[in-house]
Order: sequence, then C-alpha cells, then structure tokens
Amino acid sequence: MGELLLPYDFEFFRNGVIVATLAGALCGLVGVYVVLKGMSYIGHGLSHAIFGGFAASALLGVNFVLGAGTWGVASALMINAVTRRRLIGADAAIGVITTASFALGLALFAIFGRRGQSFDAALFGSILGVGTDDVLAIAGVTILVSAVVFFAYRPLLFTTFDPEVAEASGVPTARVDALLMLVLAATILATMQVLGVTLIAATLVIPATVARMLTYSFSRMLLLATGIGAMTGFVGMNLSYHIDVQSGPTIVLVGASLFAIVFAASGRRGRMRAARSAASLSPTP
Amino acid sequence: MTSLAVGELVGLDRVTCSYGPDPVLVNVDLSVGADQFTGIVGPSGSGKTTLLRVLLGTVTPIAGSVRRRPGLRVGYVPQVETVNWSFPVTVSECVLMARTRGRMLPWRSRAERAEVDEILDRLGIAALADRHIRRLSGGQQQRVFIARAMLGRPHLLLMDEPTSGVDVRTRHEVLHLLDDLHHDGLGVILTTHDLNGIASHLPHLVCLNTAVIGAGAPRDVLTPDVLERTYGARMEILEHGGMPIVVDDYASHDNVVGLKRKGA
Repeated sequence: MGELLLPYDFEFFRNGVIVATLAGALCGLVGVYVVLKGMSYIGHGLSHAIFGGFAASALLGVNFVLGAGTWGVASALMINAVTRRRLIGADAAIGVITTASFALGLALFAIFGRRGQSFDAALFGSILGVGTDDVLAIAGVTILVSAVVFFAYRPLLFTTFDPEVAEASGVPTARVDALLMLVLAATILATMQVLGVTLIAATLVIPATVARMLTYSFSRMLLLATGIGAMTGFVGMNLSYHIDVQSGPTIVLVGASLFAIVFAASGRRGRMRAARSAASLSPTP
Repeated sequence: MTSLAVGELVGLDRVTCSYGPDPVLVNVDLSVGADQFTGIVGPSGSGKTTLLRVLLGTVTPIAGSVRRRPGLRVGYVPQVETVNWSFPVTVSECVLMARTRGRMLPWRSRAERAEVDEILDRLGIAALADRHIRRLSGGQQQRVFIARAMLGRPHLLLMDEPTSGVDVRTRHEVLHLLDDLHHDGLGVILTTHDLNGIASHLPHLVCLNTAVIGAGAPRDVLTPDVLERTYGARMEILEHGGMPIVVDDYASHDNVVGLKRKGA
C-alpha cells in the first residue's frame, strides 16, 4: 500500500493525477456526442488543427491559449459549416480542414524554424510537467463544459439524434451544433498540453464507446462515459509511474484494455441472451 | 399572397423547390385542411419527402409561397430507414424529445412524466417505456415516433413512408392508429409507395411526380391515365369490394376470382 502511495509525496504527481482524472472525465463527457454524431475522427483532426494554431501563435509571439484556441474554434466552426451544407460528409470536411491546418503548422516550422514552446509536449503531452495553473485551467473548462451539457442537455440530445425533426420542432440546431463544436475545441485545447495531440482522439472515443456497450440509455451513457474517462485517467496515471511508461500512452492503453474486456463480455452476453430467447421460443415436445 | 381559407392549415401556391440544378418540385399547389387524411403517392425521386419538408417548414421553396395558420403545430414522423436505431435512447427518452424547446433541466418534471405516460398508454406501448428503441417490433417503433410527434400536440401529422418495410399486420395496425387519431381531429398526411395496401384505403390522394398529376378521392385519381403520367408505366385498375386495385399487368390477373375490370 505504501508503495502505491509513494508517488503522492511529489506535488507534480498529485497535480498530474488531478489533471489526468479531470481530463479523462471531460473527454469522456464530450466524447459521447462525438461518437454518437459519427465524428470520432474529429478529436484526432481538431487536435491536429489546433497544432497548426500552436505553431502560428508561437511564431507570431501571441499567447498560446489565445492563438491556438482561436485557431481551433475557427477550425471547428468551419467543419460545422461545411458539414451542415451536406455537400460533403462530416468525415471529408474534418479530413480537409484539419489536415490543411496541421500542414500549415508544419510549413510554418519549415520556413521560420521552431520557436517558443515545446512542440514535442504539444504532440505527445507532458502530464508530469503540469502546474497549478494547468490544474485550474482544466478544472475551469470541466465545470464550464459540464454546465453547458447540463443546461443544453435536451437540445444537444435531440440535435444529435434527429437534427431534422429537432429543427422542425423549433430547436436552433445550427446554434446547438456550433455550441458543441466550441465545447469540443475548448476540451481539446485544455487537454492538449496534458495528453498530447496524438492521444486526445483516444481519450474522446474510448470511454464513450465503452459506455455505449454498457447501456441503452443516453443519460446513463453520459454518466458512464464521464466516470470511465475519469477512472482510466486516474488508473493510467498511477500505473504509468509504477511501470515507468509515459502517462499519455498508459492512460490510452488502460482505456483500450477496458474496451477489449467489455467488448468480449458484451459479445458473450449477447450470445447468451440469444440462446435464452431461442430456448423460450422452442416448441415443447 | 392569398389568405388561408376557413379550416385550412397550410396552403402551397405554385411552390418550386430545388437542391441543385434540377427542380424537385415544380409549381405545386396544395391545400391542407384540419380534417384531411391524405396520401401522397409517386415514384422514388418524385418529390414526396420534399413536399412533406415544405409542409413541415424545413425546406424553403425557391419560388412560390407557403401560407401557414398562425401558431400551427406540425408533428413529423421520419422514415424508419433514416432513424439511427443504434442510438442509445429508450422509448420514453425518445418521446420526451418533443419537450425540448425552452427546457433547461435534463430530467423530466412530474407533469412531463405524466404526459409521456399518458401518450404511451394511449398508443399501447406504456409497458415499453424503458426499452431501447431497437428492441421493438416495426409497429412499436412507428408508435414511438408517432407518440413523440403527438406529445407536441400537433394540428397536423406528417409521416414519411410509415409502412415501408413492415409486414401486413403492422401496416394494418399503423393505418388503424392513424385513422383513430384522424377521427380525434388530427390532420394526417403520409407518403407511401403502397398503392393497394395504403393509398386506396385513404379518403384523399395526391399523385406526385415533381408536379401534382392528380388529386382527389382514390376512385378519381387511381386511373390508368393519371398513374401512367405519375409513374411512367401503364397500369390497370381492377375493383374489389368497391375499392380500386392497381395492377401492373391485367392479363396475369384475368382469372382471379372476384376481380373485374373497373367499369366493366
């Protein structure tokens, strides 16, 4: 037991655990909408798009949060606008806009060289380097996003499930979609420094996917995904210290392992249910 | 723009719609009354769903005008093929979506719970309130979406292909349910490909192929001429028990007992 609690003697680790748990919960909550809208790739794409903004803000010498945040929000709204025109699918809109933004970031590096912040940290995350400011930032975004999901629960659900009928019923679906994109951009921006561009997609998608396999109810899926995200963040962070592997990959691997277990169990449960159903329908001799 | 007639809910005057270079609807005139139970028939791509969307207000015409009764509430039941049946939503969660506008709290109020229970009970699916929407029969699934539409207390119910891909028993269930709702004062407009199972049983039909080819009682519009202009194929009309029956090839039905050529 003492061995398990040993790393909590260090402030950086305590901060890391808090941030990993909050980031996991935040991504799990937002990931429900991402997964159900069939936009799982957007987490990956948007984090790359924000990377372009990260490069631009470093070169221009503007505040990273302001520069990359504005860039990310603009990319998210652009994806939303292109998708809503229904000329091309959401997957293609994400592919075009986010990769172009990422490529622009790389081009800026090539032309002007790397300046300012650590780009390796942006790519792969640096959960052990987080300070109190980062903890407060993620806590703030988590509270804000939770409030949005709470008060916009019904319009978000209706718009995600059935946008056409929602619009016909007087729900402002364009504004609801834009709100979701803003929430997503804020989530990615807040967690990018911690989890890294390359791993955000997994933390958005895995908890929601696992939760989906465990329930048929939307409200329960939201609670489960948030809890699973927080749990994988907490367990992954602790495990990373003891197995001496980077925290980001460990968190993702914990989530992936949980997915594999639930996937296997749900397949077995489905077969057993089908067998019971078949037995009950069999004619008695 | 002309004003609405007494009892009229929606009026379309020379409405033309397009999603691209080719128009989907051309110069469509239509008057929808509160006492109407209308079927819209026509081939795939004839503009049936677009016409419903114009009535619903989600598609704006590029020409012509749409008149609506002030305060009109329209319920819409989408095609079952367009529903994401894997979406994690229970029957009661789905029905409650009709109570979204202006609601800030996620959970159901006591009044909303009572309203949902009452509408589910009325449609005979109260026992399925906590069941996932995929784990329902075709008829039950239709009832869930009708319940959602009804919770909005509509004056007019629009249904897109309500009997598409369902068996005969479910088709009868849905048709009888709609008939009951219509008798309770609800205007109903549905689209269908089923000329004999649905269309010929309705009091009023609109034959559509980009433009309105014919409108009126089934006996008046289910004629070889109107159907050929609507579907681009020759069809024969038989009669059985006073109802028109549409067949592709009359010769192959020549020896069917009880059927005779209309007017013969």
